[in-house]
Amino acid sequence: MTSSVKKSRKNLKSQLAQFTGFLFLRLAVYSVLFILLYFFYDIGHQGYQAISWEFISQVPKRGMTEGGIFPAIVGTFLVTLITAIFAVPLGMAAAIYLNEYARAGRLTRLIRLSIRNLAGVPSIVYGLFGVILFVNMLKFGTSVLSAGLTLGLLTLPWTITASEEALKSVPDSYREGALALGATKWQMIRTNVLPYSIPGMLTGAVLGLARAAGETAPIMFTGAAFYLPFLPRSLKDQFMALPYHLYIMATQHHAIDKARPLAYGTALVLIVFVVLFNLGAILLRARLRKKWRH
Amino acid sequence: MMSVKKKGVLGDLKESLIQKIFQTSGLLAIIVLLGIFALLLYTAIPAFREVSLKEFLTSSRWDPTSPEKPEYGLLSMLASTIMVTLGALLIAFPVGVAVAAYLSDVASPRVREIVKPVVELLAAIPSVVVGFIGITLVGPMIAKIFNLSHGLTALNGSLLLAIMALPTIISISEDSLNAVPISFVEASLALGANRWQTLVRVKIPAALSGIIASLMLGMGRAIGETMTVLMATGNARAFPQGFLQSVRTLTANIAIELGEVPYYTTHYYALFAIGLVLFIMTFFVNLTADVILEKQKRKLQ
Repeated sequence: MTSSVKKSRKNLKSQLAQFTGFLFLRLAVYSVLFILLYFFYDIGHQGYQAISWEFISQVPKRGMTEGGIFPAIVGTFLVTLITAIFAVPLGMAAAIYLNEYARAGRLTRLIRLSIRNLAGVPSIVYGLFGVILFVNMLKFGTSVLSAGLTLGLLTLPWTITASEEALKSVPDSYREGALALGATKWQMIRTNVLPYSIPGMLTGAVLGLARAAGETAPIMFTGAAFYLPFLPRSLKDQFMALPYHLYIMATQHHAIDKARPLAYGTALVLIVFVVLFNLGAILLRARLRKKWRH
Repeated sequence: MMSVKKKGVLGDLKESLIQKIFQTSGLLAIIVLLGIFALLLYTAIPAFREVSLKEFLTSSRWDPTSPEKPEYGLLSMLASTIMVTLGALLIAFPVGVAVAAYLSDVASPRVREIVKPVVELLAAIPSVVVGFIGITLVGPMIAKIFNLSHGLTALNGSLLLAIMALPTIISISEDSLNAVPISFVEASLALGANRWQTLVRVKIPAALSGIIASLMLGMGRAIGETMTVLMATGNARAFPQGFLQSVRTLTANIAIELGEVPYYTTHYYALFAIGLVLFIMTFFVNLTADVILEKQKRKLQ
C-alpha cells in the first residue's frame, strides 16, 4: 500500500512538472506573439496619424519636416525592380542546374555550401562588396544600378533556395514521362518541369524581393541618397529609398522631434509594403496553382 | 535523312549550350562567395602598410581621425559585437527553443497554422524598423526601468537582436525536433513517461545537434546585423563596460564611418579590414552550423 501511495505521489509530481513545463512553453509563445502585435500596434497607431494622400504623393518639404515620401516610394520600387531583373532569372537558372543537371559530387556540394554561406554573409558586407565592385571597379558610381545589383547578390541565395524547393516538388514521373517520349533534357524541363514549378519559384522570388526592399545597409553606400526632391532619371542616378529614409528621419535629422511623426509614417508604409508583398506571394501561389492545374 | 541528322547535331549543340548556361549560373554562387572574400582582402591589405596587424587586432583604441596619431584598434568594437550578440542569444535561445518545442509537441494543428506565419512575419520586419522601435519604444522603457538618461545601450541592442534571431532559432530547432524518429517518442511513452518527460529527456537530447546549429545560425545573424544596433546602441566608442552603457559594434562602425571617409585613405582601407573580420567571423559560425546540420541529417537517414 505504501508503495502505491509513493507511486501516485511520484505520478502527481511528474504531472505537475508537465503542467508547469507546458505552461512555460505557452508563455514563451504568448510573449513572442504579444511583442510582435505590440510592435505592429505601436507603429500602426502612431504612423496612421501621419499618413495622408499628401504624405504618399508629395516630395519632402521644409528640410524634411513636412511633405511626403513619394521619391522614397518610387526609389524603393525602382531599386527592387533592378534587383528582380538581376536576381530572379539567375536564381532560377542556378536552381535548375542544381536540381535537374548537377550530379551528386564534390562540385555540387561546394555550390550548395557556398549558397548556404552566402545567405549568412552580413548585409553590410554585401554593401562593402557593392562599393568595391559596382561603384568603383565597374564605375557605376553611387546609383540605383549599383544598389540594385548589390541587393541582387544579397537575394541570390534566397531565390536559389526557394526555386529549388519548387523544382523538387515536381514529381519525378513527370520527368520520366517526357524522357520516355524522346524529349531532350531541355524539352523535358521546359514542358514538364517549369510549368509546374514556376508558381513556387515566383512566390519565393517575391518574398526574397520583399526582404531586399527593406534592407538598408547594402544601399547606404551604393546609391541611396539623403534627400532628393526629384526622381532618378537614369540608372546612374542616386535615389531615395524608404528604409534609408526611415534611418535618416529617426537618427540623422536636424530636428528629430519634429520629424518623428513622419518617421512613424515611413515605418508604417514600409511595414505595410512588407506585409502586402507577403500576402501577394501567397495569393500569387494560390492563383497560379489553380491556373496550371487546368 | 541528311536534314534529320543535321538537326540532331544542332539539337545536341543547343542542349549542351543550355546546360552550360545553367551550370554557369550554378557556379556563380561559388564565384560570388570567393569574390567577396578576395575583393575585401584586396581592399583591406593597403591598410596594413600603415597599421600593424597586431595593433589592428589587439588595440582597443579606434581613433582614425585623430590629427596627432590616428589609431586603428578594433578590440573595443569586437568586444561590443560579442557582448551584444551573447546578450541576444541568452534571451533568444531559451525562448526560441521553447516556442519550437511548443510548435512541435504541444500546439494543435490550428494553433500551429497561426503561430508559424506570425514567426515568419517577425523575420520579415526590416531591420531598420526594428532599430526604430528600439529608439522609440524599447530604449525609453530601458531608460525608465534603470533610471538612465537614455536607453540607447547594449541591453537595448541585445533585446532587439534577440527578436531578430528568434525566427532562425525557432524554425531550425523545430525542424530538428520534428526530425526525431517517432519510434523514439513511442518507446518513451510506452515506458510510462509523460509527454513533458519525453520532450525533455528524449526529444530534445536527440535533436540537440540541430538545436545547437540553430543557436549558431542565430549568432551569425546577430553578429552581422547592422541597422538595428547602429540605431539602438548609442555607438559610444569606448571599451564596453556593461549592458547599461552605449556600445559601438563592428557593423555599426562601418556604417557610421564609411559615409564620411575620403576614398583610398588608410581609414577607408581599415573599414574594409573590419568588413573582412566580419566576413570571416560569420563564415566560420555558419560553416560550423552547416557541418552540424549535415552530420545530423546523415545520422537520421
